[in-house]
Amino acid sequence: MASLTLSYFAWVREAMGQPVEQVDLPDSVSTIADLIHWLAERDAAGAAAFADPSRIRAARDGVMAQPDTALAGAAEVSLFPPVTGG
Amino acid sequence: MSLRALITAREIDIAAELQRVGRSGAVASFVGHVRTDDGVITLTLEHHPQMTETALVDLVRSASERWQLEAATIIHRVGPMVAGDAIVLVATASPHRAAALDACAFLIDRLKTDVPLWKCETLEDGSKRWVEPRSSDAERVQLWA
Repeated sequence: MASLTLSYFAWVREAMGQPVEQVDLPDSVSTIADLIHWLAERDAAGAAAFADPSRIRAARDGVMAQPDTALAGAAEVSLFPPVTGG
Repeated sequence: MSLRALITAREIDIAAELQRVGRSGAVASFVGHVRTDDGVITLTLEHHPQMTETALVDLVRSASERWQLEAATIIHRVGPMVAGDAIVLVATASPHRAAALDACAFLIDRLKTDVPLWKCETLEDGSKRWVEPRSSDAERVQLWA
């Protein structure tokens, strides 16, 4: 199991009910897409936040990531909606 | 060459920033304001404590590598603001207007699709809604691909 810090923003944070948490991931969770799926299955909050993975964007240790980005060696993953600044 | 990119919780001093960008032959700018016409009482901009400012810095650096610029500035406000407030200022300076104008457009177009920021509207009845991205922003940014 690998330990990872998860940070949530905007309506993802609201659905999850917390801005940050520490998780222990099974070895089967190896990519961003795996992580999103795992969170969606974990509890009702995750099911609500991650019902539609196409609406979720991710960053791994401060760098924008793709669904197939590997989690190995990561300390932190941020999960958030598509950006709306400017 | 002077690159300036930061977030602030305070009101953006547009005049001061334009002064600061200097007196090159060509100076271009963009200001985005909180709209006054759609029933929104407060607009709140959420940012990412580690990523937002870095993304703005990377953007001005990209612009400076792509165009001949003497200065480029992005100031993005975060936190709560009201109708008429300036949300973002972009300014560019170059010896020639094509570079200044194109770099200015590039910066705001790419900011809208690439920089971690999220808008939440508080309406008259007290309810809140998160703003959704626009497909037109994703289409327009292709100009700079």
